Amino acid sequence: MELRKSYFADERKEGLHEIGQGRARVDAPGHVTGKTAYFADRNFPGMLYLKMVRSPHHHARIRSIDTSAAEKHPGVVRVLTAKDIPNNLYTILILIQVGPEDEHVLAEGKVRWKGEAVVAVVAETERAAQEAADKVKVDYEVLPAVLDIEAALKPDAPVVNEHHGQNYYMYDSGACRKVRFGDVEKGFAEADHVLEQTYWSSPIEQAPMETTGCIAVPESNDRFSCYTDTQAMFFTLDNTSIILQMPGSQLHMVGGTVGGGFGGKVDVIVEPIAILAAKLTGKPVSFIYSRQEEMQISSPRAAEKIVIKDGVMQDGRIVARQVWGYTDAGAYSRHSPYGAQKGAAHYPGPYTIPNVWADTYCVYTNRTPSSAMRGFGVTIADFALEVQMDKLARLIGMDPLEFRFINAYRDGDMKAHRQPTEGAALIECMQEAARASDWPVDEKYFALSSVRREA
Amino acid sequence: MAIRHGRGVAAINYPTGMNLGGDPTQALVHSTPTGNFMVTLSSVDLGQGMKQVVSQICAETIGVPADRVVVDTADTDTGPHCMGAFASRGTHRIGNAVMRAAEEARQVMLEVAAEELEVNASDLETDGEGNVHVKGAPQKSISIFDVALSAHFKRGRSISGRGMFLVPRSFPEKETGAMKPSTCYAHACTVAEVDVDDETGEVAVTSVRNVFEIGRALNPKMVEQQLVGGSWMGISHTLYETTEPYYPNRDHAGTDFNEYLMPGPGDLAETEIIVLERPAADGPYGAKGPGEMCANPQIPAIANAIFDAVGVRIDHLPITPERVLRALKEQGSQA
Repeated sequence: MELRKSYFADERKEGLHEIGQGRARVDAPGHVTGKTAYFADRNFPGMLYLKMVRSPHHHARIRSIDTSAAEKHPGVVRVLTAKDIPNNLYTILILIQVGPEDEHVLAEGKVRWKGEAVVAVVAETERAAQEAADKVKVDYEVLPAVLDIEAALKPDAPVVNEHHGQNYYMYDSGACRKVRFGDVEKGFAEADHVLEQTYWSSPIEQAPMETTGCIAVPESNDRFSCYTDTQAMFFTLDNTSIILQMPGSQLHMVGGTVGGGFGGKVDVIVEPIAILAAKLTGKPVSFIYSRQEEMQISSPRAAEKIVIKDGVMQDGRIVARQVWGYTDAGAYSRHSPYGAQKGAAHYPGPYTIPNVWADTYCVYTNRTPSSAMRGFGVTIADFALEVQMDKLARLIGMDPLEFRFINAYRDGDMKAHRQPTEGAALIECMQEAARASDWPVDEKYFALSSVRREA
Repeated sequence: MAIRHGRGVAAINYPTGMNLGGDPTQALVHSTPTGNFMVTLSSVDLGQGMKQVVSQICAETIGVPADRVVVDTADTDTGPHCMGAFASRGTHRIGNAVMRAAEEARQVMLEVAAEELEVNASDLETDGEGNVHVKGAPQKSISIFDVALSAHFKRGRSISGRGMFLVPRSFPEKETGAMKPSTCYAHACTVAEVDVDDETGEVAVTSVRNVFEIGRALNPKMVEQQLVGGSWMGISHTLYETTEPYYPNRDHAGTDFNEYLMPGPGDLAETEIIVLERPAADGPYGAKGPGEMCANPQIPAIANAIFDAVGVRIDHLPITPERVLRALKEQGSQA
């Protein structure tokens, strides 16, 4: 790695002692010698293990659940169903007033995705818990399912989640988060060329080395300690408090040394049910996802569909950009209404375009709920935007890097969401990339600056 | 049939912190009797090095070496509220909270030192090595070790501070989308080179040259590890990763690291990282969030390089050999 100190040199304070020093991490020796203790390294006498009975169907009505054979299985201590959860209906972002509650801790009435948790089995060994889970009999009436964005948005599509009533999240702005800036129709009418293209992505797993999990321990003072690898301690505590109808003062979360998150550990899934099981059995309870559960049950990055329509002039100026973004949230919201909205704020990318229209939708399907992942709401948008930029440059016969210089945002430019640009540095990154890769760029682009527009 | 070479570019920006703000983090800092400093948080270290960067921020602000700072975190009985480790918010939000807590503690430390030296606290400065001295008169000095002893045993003072950082929440205007998503943005530009085998559709990324602008690089070694790892993740997203290779068909879902494809060591490109620093106005010592954005620009840069190499557009991630080959066949049938 090289630090290029020549850029923005007058904006940096020098003479610092610790800042700017490449000190070795104090936790690195423990990590690389296997001595760092993670939550699952703890062991408690009498610890029980929790395994889930999961839906084999994308969408089905639950006619009946028979747990009698599982309860008789040797080693089983407790079997939990929806009626055992004090406040079974929840949604994570209710803490920041983003509702409605739309998901059950354990399925109630219906399952809405293949893999949804229906019954929790708690036993003395992992093996006994899994064997007993296999003995739970659930009678399902299979319902028609919608498995992708296009199917979900058809007018006659089956409703995935009755708590929303339609297959998309309803924002205060309506069916989508909107950005309106200038007049895109006028821009398209004036443009030399108009290009509309569609981009897709498939779901992606965060793939941390350590899978999602926790160990819940009843303490002698009516409190519960929970050793967890969550990315957000109080988010977990406060949501658990709501779900279990238990005062937050009874909950004690311990964590902070986590084997990778990448957004995969911001949902609150394992802790509430493990703490409830600890409360009902009086024993420590371990609930840790298998690798298979981490891959297919925990929320992935959403599949997305992005449509971009641009008006461009032969001289390289983009005069209008219209974007429709669709996030496949799966069956439940989790963090997807937030992620889809983040996309709206990100368009039209780091470029100054006078006419912008963005609509971003959070769409429900009968799929594994998606949620946060590194670059939430932006990664796939950037794929679409920057491939589109390449196509536009070639359409007008211009070098793709020079085309970006012409449109790059600068300090003071008004963004589509009506904030003036501050602290821009796109131009300087492109200048340095051109130098590092010997990309042939006309000399005039090396004279540009993010700080001020040339006269 | 041949190996075709191509090159592509992409440029991006990325917001620091939770979209639309409203995501608080608090921190507490206090000194031990001998002038070591404890930072108490409920923030999570995911392996990204949060504890190390926080200790350097605290040390810089107090005026001691980083090895005199201990970070105690992620226990909800002791640590004050942190929204969490996500949204590229750790260095910026937690760092700001720690800096403010350390500033408050530093002020008490200077007041105690001032009493010991019989000067005004405003006339004192620190040398970054654990001493307080009068500005312009380094010989009139007291060690922070002695300042802490005095505070604890003689003056009855607590060298401690509280820090809070909150970007006020912005609510988007319904019809126009007028809003304030973030207070600062990181930037990047990537040039990727690929070899595409037009017989098999396989893509080999041969080099990735990344330029990242991340505000201030508080610990350049940690910045490097994150940016290199992110760059590899970008390659992985482009060519390999998905839980459902035939989305929306739910079959063929990978359930372990044999079936869920990621690049192995032999698949990683020559990786160059260049860092520019334009300090963020509201960042701790100018830092922005480098965590997420460093995995983004490689994806379109590689997609554009594939087009440059073989003249087909794959607009659906991941860009598997099957998709490349199908597109090449379609291109051939049209030619």
